[in-house]
Amino acid sequence: MLVSVYRYNPETDLKPSMRDYQIEIPGGKDLMVLDVLAMVKEQDDSVAYRRSCREGVCGSDGMNINGVNGLACITPLSDVVKNDKLVLRPLPGLPVVRDLVVDMSIFYKQYERIEPYLQNDDPVPAIERLQSPEDRAKLDGLYECILCACCSTNCPSFWWNPEKFVGPAGLLQAYRFLADSRDTHTDERLANLEDPFSVFRCRGIMNCVAVCPKGLNPTKAIGHIREMLMERGA
Amino acid sequence: MGMKNMQVSSVTNFGRSGLSDWLIQRVSAVILLLYIVCHSAIILSTPEMSYAQWRELFAGTTMRIFSLLTLLALCAHAWIGMWTVATDYLTRRMMGSKATLVRLVFLVGCIAVLAIYFIWCVIILWSV
Amino acid sequence: MANIRTMTFDGVIVGGGGSGLRAALELSQSGYKTAVISKVFPTRSHTVSAQGGITCAIASTEPDDDWRWHMYDTVKGSDYIGDQDAIEYMCSEGPQAVFELEHMGLPFSRNEDGRIYQRPFGGQSREYGKGGQAARTCAAADRTGHALLHTLYQANLKNNTVFFNEWYAVDLVKNQHGHVVGLIAICIEDGEVVFIKSKATVLATGGAGRIYASTTNALINTGDGIGMAMRAGVPQQDMEMWQFHPTGIYGAGTLITEGSRGEGGYLVNKDGERFMERYAPNAKDLAGRDVVARSMVLEILEGRGVGPDADHVLLKLDHLGEKVLNDKLPGILELSRTFAHVDPVKEPIPVVPTCHYMMGGIPTNIHGQALGQNPDGTDYVIEGLYACGEAACVSVHGANRLGGNSLLDLVVFGRASGIYIEKMLSSGIEQQEASDSDLELGLSRLDKLNQSSSGEKVADLRKELQVIMQNHFGVFRKGDFMREGIQKLQAMRERIENPHLQDKSNAFNTARVEALELQNLFEVAEATAIAAEGREESRGAHARDDFTERDDDNWLCHSMFFPDTKTLGKRKVNFAPKTVPTFEPMIRTY
Ligand SMILES: Cc1cc2nc3c(=O)[nH]c(=O)nc-3n(C[C@H](O)[C@H](O)[C@H](O)COP(=O)(O)OP(=O)(O)OC[C@H]3O[C@@H](n4cnc5c(N)ncnc54)[C@H](O)[C@@H]3O)c2cc1C
Ligand code: SF4
Ligand code: SF4
Repeated sequence: MLVSVYRYNPETDLKPSMRDYQIEIPGGKDLMVLDVLAMVKEQDDSVAYRRSCREGVCGSDGMNINGVNGLACITPLSDVVKNDKLVLRPLPGLPVVRDLVVDMSIFYKQYERIEPYLQNDDPVPAIERLQSPEDRAKLDGLYECILCACCSTNCPSFWWNPEKFVGPAGLLQAYRFLADSRDTHTDERLANLEDPFSVFRCRGIMNCVAVCPKGLNPTKAIGHIREMLMERGA
Repeated sequence: MGMKNMQVSSVTNFGRSGLSDWLIQRVSAVILLLYIVCHSAIILSTPEMSYAQWRELFAGTTMRIFSLLTLLALCAHAWIGMWTVATDYLTRRMMGSKATLVRLVFLVGCIAVLAIYFIWCVIILWSV
Repeated sequence: MANIRTMTFDGVIVGGGGSGLRAALELSQSGYKTAVISKVFPTRSHTVSAQGGITCAIASTEPDDDWRWHMYDTVKGSDYIGDQDAIEYMCSEGPQAVFELEHMGLPFSRNEDGRIYQRPFGGQSREYGKGGQAARTCAAADRTGHALLHTLYQANLKNNTVFFNEWYAVDLVKNQHGHVVGLIAICIEDGEVVFIKSKATVLATGGAGRIYASTTNALINTGDGIGMAMRAGVPQQDMEMWQFHPTGIYGAGTLITEGSRGEGGYLVNKDGERFMERYAPNAKDLAGRDVVARSMVLEILEGRGVGPDADHVLLKLDHLGEKVLNDKLPGILELSRTFAHVDPVKEPIPVVPTCHYMMGGIPTNIHGQALGQNPDGTDYVIEGLYACGEAACVSVHGANRLGGNSLLDLVVFGRASGIYIEKMLSSGIEQQEASDSDLELGLSRLDKLNQSSSGEKVADLRKELQVIMQNHFGVFRKGDFMREGIQKLQAMRERIENPHLQDKSNAFNTARVEALELQNLFEVAEATAIAAEGREESRGAHARDDFTERDDDNWLCHSMFFPDTKTLGKRKVNFAPKTVPTFEPMIRTY
């Protein structure tokens, strides 16, 4: 199989290029894209990419695989390879540090901006705070985010305004805390999202939903935030 | 954390919130749609409309107010739309340091055009 | 100072997993200048993979639960070489530590009454083993580690901990007095090498499951902290004790949580027989992990395995119904469909015992202080060095860890280390100085790699190492076969110390990181091998064909591996809990 990898080393390359590798894929097993990358690295140890858990829960290896953002470790070749060719590029829209490694600072900054921690001013009880199973169920589909950035780097609004638009991943987490029955800072949180950029740059085109490897739905969460903002405004 | 200072309030935004922008976009769209539907209905129900009828239609106070409202909606809708487009594409990220100037000129242009249209339409409406 | 930048902190924590972040939080909250160094962005640490939950007697699902019962189970689970003072501390402090996590926002699953949901796990009992199965593992669906790690990271953001993300710790810096005064680290993004100076250095670098070819562990679990400590001369405790988890997905190594058996799943052989009923008539599929793993291997060895090669067994879950599976084990459904190509709602999952957890590690006391051993067998504290989490051996797990006890270990002893360091800092200790020659250790290893012009490929060496460990030091072990393994390993040292690093660039050079990791893997592997060969008995996870019985007369003790001489010694187990009577060793049956 032909594996074409985006290569860029700031120390030696003036501009990025694609380099091709011929990889023998052993039969009988549906390898993951990450397995193939490891085989590429055995050939050429200068190929840089991130990876850790290799089971789709740590969010390290988000990349653009044959044109679609996804996690290399849980993307089987059979899902993406056409004409015996695999093209691997870094996540779009973020500065490239090297090869498939992107600089995620702005993505993390947007996450930090929504104050991603529970805030509750009531006195702390001796045991846990109680929460009904129904209230807890509201967090499902939100807390599971692994911060892989597949969504935000697939979102045109984030490409145009990464400093100002929080982006789907950050907004999903913003809603995770808005939806938590234990959080008492709803009003402050909403006030911080009211400007024309943070939330309202979302155009609802659902590019984010299409690529989330965890099957989460940021667009829906953004809709909920808008509703809450409206209720607060009214 | 930089929550406060990261919040955006750009001069050209006239300090509106994203929520009001978003609401105005929706409400104005509804008004525009209503206006179009209304006029289509009138035109369709009066097959051969004379100039006199047409004039009479626009001379009524209700229609005047409706038209004016629609005009306002159109301007607001257009302004928010153009402002959004400008802040998406006419940015430093897209075109470097000259972006701010370009955006300013573009937005002032938009304001001028919208203002001219607005005055012109008001003159027409009140002249009938 | 040796041409490199020096940065100074009150406390530096190597590791952004559950234990590191918990220690960092404690220190940051008290206002000390705290840095966390992590080779990956913290939420990508291995803790994120933990599924089933955190075991703790918070008396929610079972309102009359008692931490002493938890302690009893843990002591028994450890096959009596867990230190009882440490286990007592963990089980009694545990509820407080878990409630704190909840207060930070951890999205635990809930019972109808709004309290934290707890599920049954292996080795859990009520009333000191006499009251039947307990349900003591607090869970956030089957994503407890993810929920825990993200919550702790968030709490650190709130408290302004300084993060050095994607920085790699190379070696400890030890001064002439044998005090640890900081470490050498390299910024992965741009290759800068710095000396991070600190009054307290905490190793929270996690496990080293990658010494085996088949493991549930992340690719980053290379035992760096263990390697660093050993190069600084710190002995390692109980390194022969590796837990093989009964249910790794066959062929992939990905874990299926014990919680799936807690929810009612069970193992079957090729005849469809629920074979655990034969090996552990009472606890059945929820016996200790070592017991279940060995039973599985015996089934396979006796020809009752499944598949063309009859080399695995099956985990049956379909009888639980789609609703339970979706509510309680959603992550397991995802993993099985992706990695085993089976849908557990309809079919059983092919599983095989897989290397999972390192019970051994850097010996510490309950304050996280790293310990050395005097010639007379007494302990001494290594000034400036701390360890917690999987890298440490307090020891609460002894010869076999119970499910859900690791996450508890992380937060209880991460917190304890933080508390102790805070106390020590506020009592005003002097910053120890280091000289250029003290920095040499770490720098020379880097220099050697950067100058390499010949040698073998890191990937090839790593594979060879993993195969040796898998073959010679697996679930069942045998003296002569282990000695052969040790010889093979010794023949590798020279090659592993001199691999060929082709790519010597500075920007995000992962090849360099992998070479350094390989050297740590090797240190862990060798310690494991020598300790395993030395312990001439079967206890907990350490099962020998040539010494099939537990030998309390000679081996009711920790093993101590001394890296400078590569010899094995012993260390006394603590049998003196402070508030409860000692749990005396008994025959361990489930
Ligand atoms: C699949 C799986 C499921 C599990 N499920 C459970 C469960 O349900 N319940 C339970 O109690 N236990 C479970 N465990 C065990 C438990 O998850 C681990 O023991 C625990 O997470 C280890 O945490 P830690 O903080 O010690 O280290 P880790 O989370 O492994 O973190 C290590 C940290 O050290 C950093 N690091 C390492 N080396 C360096 C270096 N050289 N330089 C800089 N940084 C470095 C890494 O970047 C990382 O941040 C499970 C384990 C596995 C493999
Ligand atoms: S729905 Fe919103 S957040 Fe998602 S891709 Fe579209 S614009 Fe971006
Ligand atoms: S929402 Fe999905 S795609 Fe986006 S960062 Fe989270 S897990 Fe990744």
